[in-house]
Amino acid sequence: MISIDGVDVQAPVDATILEAAAKQGTEVPTLCYLETLTAASTCRLCVVEVEGARVLAPGCSRQVEEGMVIKTRSPRVDRARRMVLELLASSVDLSLAPELLELAEEYGAAPERFGEVRAQVQLPVNTDNGLYVQDLSKCVLCYRCVSACGDDAQHTYAISVTDRGFGAAISTEFGVALPDSACVFCGNCVAVCPTGALIVTTEYDMRQAGTWDEELQTVTRTICAYCGVGCNLDVHVQDNEIVKVTSPFDHEVTAGNLCIKGRFGWSHVSGPASPD
Amino acid sequence: MDLRNVTTPPSDRERVAIDRVLADHGFAETDGTPGRTAIGGRSAATRRDLLLPALHALNDAVGWISEGGLGYACERLTVPPAEGYGVATFYDQFSFEERVEVVRVCDDIVCGPYADQLIAGLDGIEVERTPCLGRCENAPVAFIQQPGFRRTEIAPASPQSVLEGEPTSVDTHIGVIGEAVLLARVGSVDPESLDDYRGAGGYQALSRALDEGADAVLDRIEAARLRGRGGASFPAAAKWRAVAQAQGDKIVVCNADESEPGTFKDRVLMEADPFAVIEGMTLAAYVTGAERGFLYVRGEYALAERRMIDAIEAARAAGLLGEDVADGGFAFDVEVRRGAGAYICGEETSLFNSIEGLRGEPRDKPPFPTQEGLFGLPTVVNNVETLVGAVAITMDKDGNSKLFPISGAINNPGLYEAPLGVSVAALIEAAGGPTSDVQAVLVGGAAGKFLLPDDLEVTLDHGTEPPLGSGAIVVFDTATDMEVIVDRIARFFRDESCGKCVPCRVGTIRQVEALERLGNGAAERETLDDLAAVLRDASICGLGQLAAEAVQSALDLELIGGPSD
Repeated sequence: MISIDGVDVQAPVDATILEAAAKQGTEVPTLCYLETLTAASTCRLCVVEVEGARVLAPGCSRQVEEGMVIKTRSPRVDRARRMVLELLASSVDLSLAPELLELAEEYGAAPERFGEVRAQVQLPVNTDNGLYVQDLSKCVLCYRCVSACGDDAQHTYAISVTDRGFGAAISTEFGVALPDSACVFCGNCVAVCPTGALIVTTEYDMRQAGTWDEELQTVTRTICAYCGVGCNLDVHVQDNEIVKVTSPFDHEVTAGNLCIKGRFGWSHVSGPASPD
Repeated sequence: MDLRNVTTPPSDRERVAIDRVLADHGFAETDGTPGRTAIGGRSAATRRDLLLPALHALNDAVGWISEGGLGYACERLTVPPAEGYGVATFYDQFSFEERVEVVRVCDDIVCGPYADQLIAGLDGIEVERTPCLGRCENAPVAFIQQPGFRRTEIAPASPQSVLEGEPTSVDTHIGVIGEAVLLARVGSVDPESLDDYRGAGGYQALSRALDEGADAVLDRIEAARLRGRGGASFPAAAKWRAVAQAQGDKIVVCNADESEPGTFKDRVLMEADPFAVIEGMTLAAYVTGAERGFLYVRGEYALAERRMIDAIEAARAAGLLGEDVADGGFAFDVEVRRGAGAYICGEETSLFNSIEGLRGEPRDKPPFPTQEGLFGLPTVVNNVETLVGAVAITMDKDGNSKLFPISGAINNPGLYEAPLGVSVAALIEAAGGPTSDVQAVLVGGAAGKFLLPDDLEVTLDHGTEPPLGSGAIVVFDTATDMEVIVDRIARFFRDESCGKCVPCRVGTIRQVEALERLGNGAAERETLDDLAAVLRDASICGLGQLAAEAVQSALDLELIGGPSD
């Protein structure tokens, strides 16, 4: 038995605080956490107060222990979360992370107080391939893309975190272009990116042109026809044109992952008819 | 693992350097069968821990890490090149641009006043400013890295001594209040002689342990209340007992990545009494049943590393490490691993990741090292001083004795030993008193707290204020601009943050910026307090959690920023 916000809760021994809280109906905000990936616990947004502990605990990775008394909200927790949001909003372009911006407002984050002259992540937009765009000025270093490219899904290991501290960034070896790296363009990194730092080129181009409009889009679930695995596809259509393909995270076969063909091999659907 | 390797080939020197270091660590590319070689592959999958030694071999051999060199290291070890690059770029000592040599000049809180002049005198040489090099008692300090496996520590450094590249052989001043326990042999035995060490009582603790059994050793260390001397003050016996009770393979790690600004105690122990460190590790191994030991020494401690390697070889040759240690019926051996310029790797879980060939980022705790430490195995990780203390306690010496490196505006900067409970004033007096009027004293290094001249009667102990930390004491006189000192401390944490968690990655840089605005008279106290709160509460590890301590204490004491409201 553990206690969450004053309510006694039963939770399995290997449950995380996040899972136990969700079971009880308490939502804890997250950023770097994704159910299909190993928790890297880098963002510290999901910190909660554990009675008797010196510091706050990350809900995504800390497992519950018998008798644990947890507060998911308290002045201490809220201050830490507000600061995490303030630090992120002051250093990274969160314009494609509306949920994070909403949270920042909810917690009263005031990033402008860090002044006009402040370090910000400013890296050039990488369009070195035709399938997806890396805009690392939007990167919050949640490590999700690295996990998806590596041990958690793709086992390609094309990207890693490089350098240290505020200069840390996602990169290939020696910063080589993605087509010259181990990247297989499965786009599974794009699928897990929470802030639009990784985005498929069609969406990027339409956003640049101001024509991307999710309200006009329909999403149709279908099954990929390229091979026999049976990956589910969510086909995003705007103005009768496919604009993006994703895969549901809750699907037991794919867990959100696809290969290059499933995610990017659809231009023939609405492209020009072949000559013969 | 099917990897895409780097296509640029290594140079001959790079290839030879990597082949040699891997062979030295028992990972040769051939098993001796003619015509059979194995590059990478299944056998390499378990040797990722050789990545850091391979990177050092490249940097030592040719002075930098090229694409071809890194690519070959990755190929031999079946490490994805992107990951290899991610690991290599984590460390300050590695260059990715071709260079002949680099002179690192310390500009930290003790050496800072000398740095500009020294650098100006080195016109035309590639100089990098660097955080504390751990020879503060003989400031200023420089460290030269040259290709051909040459690393030189110079203290005190002058333009001439740096240009000549000869290590200056000025001894560390030693002082003792009460009985010398930890420093008993320092300066009086030849650190290169095992016989000398034994003649001075060395290895009697291990003999006694073998006679009386592991439980007796544990009980004695518990009764002496030996607590960790790296800064966290965790009871050593609790760690040893937990690992002793664990099943399966276990590991003993000696944390010799001493990098706390103003701290040089572990360096002196390793340089002057290396066998005591080995005996301490061996004692821990005997008590816990660990057969493998790792000593992780900071990359700037060239002499200490040399002494430790030589001492390990001598101990091995004498049967004091190996298959049957001291005919005691247990096996234990020690490998030295060298850090590469990253303060964070002194954090125990970062240290594990660094040894394992991963980026030196901290892990969430729990699980604790005694449960899942190095290579996921139950691990005892102790500071150098703690291990030497365990040896002394086994011989019924006072477990309360503590080392205090004292530097700055003090007449006899050096390493001092005194019983815990000693006052800061007594330590300063033992070190010959201040050179002029004291403005402030920093206790515990960059992660510590300042004291005002009126507060120096305060005593130092585990669990009391100010926190003991590493025991480092730095004295600042009234001529010191404390804004410069506090700014240097803030920049230290900004530069040394690994970047893994948001509070530390962004919070430490915002702290530097807020202090700059403070210097312009802005009201930034609330911002700095909020930064301190998120750093302390939500950072993954001790680096972030303590990154605002010194800044906050300087503000509280009005050493900077004028009166606080």
